[in-house]
Amino acid sequence: MTDSTLLGRAHFFRLPDGPKLVRWFCGSWTALVFAFLYLPIFLLVLFSFNQSKSGFVWEGFTLEWYDALFHNRVLLQAFGNSLLIGTISTACATFLGTLGAWLLYRYRFPAHRLMETFIFVPMIMPEILMGVSLLVLFVLFSLPLGYFSVIIAHITFTFPFVLIGMQARLEGMDPSLEEAALDLGATPSQAFFKVILPYLVPAIASGALLAFSLSLDDYIVTVFVTGAASQTLPLKVYGMVRVGLNPQLNALSALGIVLTMFLVFVSERLKQPTPGETL
Amino acid sequence: MPEPTRQSPTALGLDPRRASWKAWLLLAPLLVWLALFVLLPTILLIVTSFSNRDELGRVVYSFNWDNYRRCFDPTWLSIFWDSIVYALLATFICVLVGYPAAYTIGRASPANRRLLLTLVMVPFWTSFLIRTYAWISVLSQEGLVNSLLLSSHILPTPLSMMYTPFAIVLGLVYNYLPFMILPIYTSVEKLDNSLVEAAYDLGAGPLRAFSRVIIPLTRPGITAGALLVFVPAIAMYAITTLMGGGSNPTIGEVIQNQFTRARNQPFGAALGVLLMLLFLVCFFVLGRKKNSAHPV
Repeated sequence: MTDSTLLGRAHFFRLPDGPKLVRWFCGSWTALVFAFLYLPIFLLVLFSFNQSKSGFVWEGFTLEWYDALFHNRVLLQAFGNSLLIGTISTACATFLGTLGAWLLYRYRFPAHRLMETFIFVPMIMPEILMGVSLLVLFVLFSLPLGYFSVIIAHITFTFPFVLIGMQARLEGMDPSLEEAALDLGATPSQAFFKVILPYLVPAIASGALLAFSLSLDDYIVTVFVTGAASQTLPLKVYGMVRVGLNPQLNALSALGIVLTMFLVFVSERLKQPTPGETL
Repeated sequence: MPEPTRQSPTALGLDPRRASWKAWLLLAPLLVWLALFVLLPTILLIVTSFSNRDELGRVVYSFNWDNYRRCFDPTWLSIFWDSIVYALLATFICVLVGYPAAYTIGRASPANRRLLLTLVMVPFWTSFLIRTYAWISVLSQEGLVNSLLLSSHILPTPLSMMYTPFAIVLGLVYNYLPFMILPIYTSVEKLDNSLVEAAYDLGAGPLRAFSRVIIPLTRPGITAGALLVFVPAIAMYAITTLMGGGSNPTIGEVIQNQFTRARNQPFGAALGVLLMLLFLVCFFVLGRKKNSAHPV
């Protein structure tokens, strides 16, 4: 970190090593990579305003597709489902993740390592395997596939992400914070609610944001455990994408991209240390 | 044992309390959740893979190896193989394309670095459906490339680029490239510049410095990136179905089919268990490589 601040902003790309050729190559390669990443997305947004129903010939500016999108009952209902499922599973996942991270940080349990490792399993397990194994479970216990089963699945694959983020925040915490609270006469639960929890707020917020976006975006797990009524937005979108090009999809994608950019911006802000923090 | 870098409560003299019954009670929901919705389903999947089905497609629990015997039929083996090849190609291309970009970002000035990283994060967080649809609209028969080629009379008939292995690999690369750039960036950022300068001072050219100093020092990032790209790419089926159109099925598509249309859950479960074993092997091999790269 220190050498980067010392060298400062002398060059746009700080490549003190090697001749100019290397710098030139790396710079233009990176520009190409970003073009590769952004050009298709940019085109989607651009053509969402195109009057032409099919094809990529510009025929003039229109908001017709956005209008059609906002009157598309099927998509609106699926979006409502996604919001409902996302909100409930985010609340549960954030609760489970925060509490779990705190307990595993503060207490020694027998088989502690095993528990901590096991929490990783839903994170690294291929989504398709999680989907089919939950389906087998729900069918065996004759739990009807619908909102409830989808919410269970979403909590299962989101809460480990909340927990891991929380662990990182707890590791950076000054343990004397809690000690001081206890010395000054707080009960353990008072210390948790008045000292620890406020300290964890940024991690709780970014964990919840992560859980919500994972839930909102999921297709692979949901497709196995959903019923007809509880279909989420990605499921409907997948169906539309399979059929072919559709200007309403361009409009929907453009909105999704703008929302993502906003969320990335917010979470980057959350990561910045708040002023007045000691660590 | 707490690592010395970690400011664990133990290191500062505040012992983690031994779990009281209250702590157990608070942890119980999490443990029950993991047992009920992660451990139990996995066990059930394994049990199902040894079972049969009745005429209605319901699972009849029994014990036999029939499903596994069927898995080793050349048809399914070649699909397994194809999935691995697609994932390997995608990983290889991601390293090739992503490395110089990650390197550049890692060596940019702090302000630029922040901006460029955020620019990598946006596609990382954008829904994979949107990103896949973006390429479909570029590649399909009435897509961007074909309309340009046709309207400028370069080609008389549209090119068919969708539903090919090329489209599948492209879809995978596009979706997983940020997963490769981010870990490589992390290890480039940690790279000690004086080592690179020492290589130049001792007479190494850029290529030699790159292959003998920079690559070995950033190998943990490459391995982590490979783990994040290769492993999920084998099992990914939504992108491959959309880009491949079902003509070049991957293992994930076959499993999904067995559980939905074909109604042969035991066979799908057996394929799933084999996929899980493949995963464990990947994690073991790549994870060990990663650890051996970190001698400290």
